[in-house]
Amino acid sequence: MNEREEEIVICRCEEVTLGEIREWIDRGYQTFDELKRVLRVGMGPCQGRGCREMILRELSLKTGKPVSEIHPGTFRPPSKPVKLSLLAAGGDT
Amino acid sequence: MTLKRTADVVVIGAGIQGCSIAYHLAKSGIKDIVVLERSTICSGSTGRCGAGIRAQWGTEMNCRFGLAAIEKFERLHEELGMDCGLHQGGYLVVAFEESEYEHLKESIRLQNSLGIHTRTVSYDEAREICPGLSAEDAVGFTFHGRDGHADPFLTTFAYMEAARRLGVDYQRFTEVRGIRYEAGKVTGVETSRGQIDAPVVVNAAGGYSQHIAKMAGVKIPNSSERHEILITEPVEPGVCPPMLISFSRNFYIQQRPNGSMIGGRSPKGHPQDYGLGVSWDFLESMSRTFVKLLPRTRGVRVVRQWSGLYNMTPDCQPILCEADEVKGFFLSCGYSGHGFMFGPISGELLTQQILGQEPRIPIMMLHYRRFEKGELLVEPAIV
Repeated sequence: MNEREEEIVICRCEEVTLGEIREWIDRGYQTFDELKRVLRVGMGPCQGRGCREMILRELSLKTGKPVSEIHPGTFRPPSKPVKLSLLAAGGDT
Repeated sequence: MTLKRTADVVVIGAGIQGCSIAYHLAKSGIKDIVVLERSTICSGSTGRCGAGIRAQWGTEMNCRFGLAAIEKFERLHEELGMDCGLHQGGYLVVAFEESEYEHLKESIRLQNSLGIHTRTVSYDEAREICPGLSAEDAVGFTFHGRDGHADPFLTTFAYMEAARRLGVDYQRFTEVRGIRYEAGKVTGVETSRGQIDAPVVVNAAGGYSQHIAKMAGVKIPNSSERHEILITEPVEPGVCPPMLISFSRNFYIQQRPNGSMIGGRSPKGHPQDYGLGVSWDFLESMSRTFVKLLPRTRGVRVVRQWSGLYNMTPDCQPILCEADEVKGFFLSCGYSGHGFMFGPISGELLTQQILGQEPRIPIMMLHYRRFEKGELLVEPAIV
């Protein structure tokens, strides 16, 4: 892998590079959820919309499993960020 | 990775308790340790927790554990070689009832006698500690500056990485299905991937510890309650420097070093169905708490909500002991919502017990037989 490829930012919310993701997969963090816990990928405001597919592809390349057999990790609500003031108002907006 | 057939110690559960126990055992020279995890490392209660660390407690036992754990957290990066995200902005406890404030002041006397420098602070000072705080209806505040929070994932991984360097074998996706014992002594475990013979087995299964105990014929009164939590997008630091907590109003709010804010409270009725679902009720009531106490968070957006299990005991204090019925079967469970913060110290103390040494903080009173004898050590200060 050349150096420029390593520096590509995969998770823009948490500024995690391809090099870091590959390094932690090699250390045994071989599920999306484990990479999320150690690198915070997918934990930012976009909730993995930008990085999930790319990370699953890296996991597939490293483990030899097809992407379809790799658990995509947990999706949690709310699916888009919502302001505290709106939530606090409940149904009475 | 193949599963070993024999081990000196089998640890069930790869949350903070299991990982800390495995590390301390390996550091003490035990060679052949296997940690079994039915899912992935830190996938249970530890990875779902509110991350707080405090010495402001209402019982002597919890105060001693809390202070010793803080001392360990302060040196953890150096000891384990990995940053654990420690942030010591203190715990600012808000009292909304006179009687609650009296209890907190009583606890301060206990804490001070044990070397914990908690003090009461005025509303003005509370607003210096937590700028923008709006709590006109509060009757008082207490503060201990060495309290704070750390990253539960990084702390658990740091223990795991350090334990691995010492030869500990971690097996993910391996579920324990039975505990084998003979003539009052543990002889091993049965798992979804085969058997392991071992003279020592540790139950660090968090929300499922009562099931594991039952497999060994050991009855403990633990139950698992669902608690909920949310996290916001990152905002600039300083929006909530301390852990802001109230026992009577049942909430905590903190801000991680990356700027994200975390808030938690327990849902009504404490569901005990082992479900890990989330509710609209929580989202709404927690958001109300945020904007009332910290009005400037109105425009901050919630990005995620989730839930986790508190493994409760009747007195909200842990079980940390060897089983009477089955020698070699040890338990570290029932932390009642504060297992993460005690992990560094409870792992050390249980290791001393397993090695037949005197734990440096006495843990006799944390045996589960206290429940039968009625010798409860009720902790009042929990959310």
